[in-house]
Amino acid sequence: MNLLTILTNLAQTMLSTVTDVIPIAVIIFGFQFAVIRQPVPNIGKVLTGFVWVVVGLTFFLVGLERALFPLGKLMAQQLTDPVFIAGGEALNAVKQAITLSWQDYGWVYLFAFLIGFSTTIAEPSLIAVAIKANQVSGGAIGIWGLRISVALGVAIGISLGCYRIVVGDPIHWYIIAGYVVVVIQTLFAPKLIIPLAYDSGGVTTSTVTVPLVAALGLGLAETVPGRSPLIDGFGLIAFASLFPMMSVMAYAQLSQWYAQRKRPEAAQS
Amino acid sequence: MLGSIRDLAPIIAVIVFFQLVIIQQPLPNVLELLVGVLFVLLGLTFFIHGLEQGLFPIGETMAHAFAKKGSVFWLLVFAFALGFGTTVAEPALIAVAAEAAEVAASGNMIAADEAAKASYASGLRFTVALSVGLAIVLGVFRILKGWPIQYLIIGGYVLVVILTLFAPVEIIGIAYDSGGVTTSTITVPLVTALGVGLASSIKGRNPMIDGFGLIALASLTPMMFVMVYGMVML
Repeated sequence: MNLLTILTNLAQTMLSTVTDVIPIAVIIFGFQFAVIRQPVPNIGKVLTGFVWVVVGLTFFLVGLERALFPLGKLMAQQLTDPVFIAGGEALNAVKQAITLSWQDYGWVYLFAFLIGFSTTIAEPSLIAVAIKANQVSGGAIGIWGLRISVALGVAIGISLGCYRIVVGDPIHWYIIAGYVVVVIQTLFAPKLIIPLAYDSGGVTTSTVTVPLVAALGLGLAETVPGRSPLIDGFGLIAFASLFPMMSVMAYAQLSQWYAQRKRPEAAQS
Repeated sequence: MLGSIRDLAPIIAVIVFFQLVIIQQPLPNVLELLVGVLFVLLGLTFFIHGLEQGLFPIGETMAHAFAKKGSVFWLLVFAFALGFGTTVAEPALIAVAAEAAEVAASGNMIAADEAAKASYASGLRFTVALSVGLAIVLGVFRILKGWPIQYLIIGGYVLVVILTLFAPVEIIGIAYDSGGVTTSTITVPLVTALGVGLASSIKGRNPMIDGFGLIALASLTPMMFVMVYGMVML
């Protein structure tokens, strides 16, 4: 590691972040000037805000690329390696001779759960939506309550997705069953939370989660006998988008139930 | 900054625990790792700051301005441009489209040469971008009309399930995944601010009930469009 490579790395990432922002800025300012035709209030503050976003994303991405992604990929490889899974004594056995059942992948599921949870907590898009939801609900929806329930959803989704890759079930049965659960929950969940719960599915999987989770899925599909990385490696992100909907609605249902149970008690005392 | 440290602590804890306790190997390149973590910390701190200074306010002012101007046509054009423009440039989507082209080529559904793969991948990207553009238009229209979101989403699910029955097996995993990757870090705050801003400046709309839901639609339509693309192209 030397300073020069870090600096060129930063400069390149900055350049590509700027290229990502340019179409957005063109659309926003194009409409602002051509259609709305009104000056933007606090234009200076907004522009500095944009600069902070670009600088922030640049550092964030370079840091991920240099430290977390390589490590995450390495760990996914090590954990899914049949030799590691079968334990040290199998080292001498011929690789093809090792037969593993789905229970042997316990550490993989645990890793999937924890990595799903922790990357979602650090997900910038989710932080943004949680801040907004907290403002709009006047504090009724806690930033941390939302972030933790979404993170739990992603964690469960990814470990289940890993199990699916290991056993090789077709993905659509899981997704369709998930949809049925979401629809049933929608009937019973507090109305206020429904749109937010649906949104939480989409925001969870971006900058931090996608690359790490994709590495895990591909690693598993490559090493589990009989799986094709191209067909079975996909689908983890879909799981990570589906389960937060359920967990956020469940969170709202639980807190509603808890509040209802508490109220009569409070009235008595 | 303190907040960012708290956000990242779980990732560090998981990695250190697994590396040292389960895999039992020393951490490679500790120094590089520390610098990387420091960068991620700084980045997250700056990003959140910029979000509150820049992206949230501009999203909301534009929503208010459109609501005051009362031009539904231009609002919908803006919604489409925002959805399409931000998705077509999305790096995660570019990566997924390239992978999808590989799958299609290895399944002998398209020719295995570079030109065929490139045209398949860019076709997929435009398909997804188009679907996100239409999703944001539909979502904004829903906010204007005050329709409950669950009927749109459930209807969408039914369509996804029906399409799954007819789509080629190879495209299904990718189609499902492409729903998740479309909404990027910069788009999400902007779209959220737009939805909430619109819902709070139109009479009779509740920002909590009507303001959210745009991202959900933007995650749903790409699944359908990609499966249709798979059926038409393959």
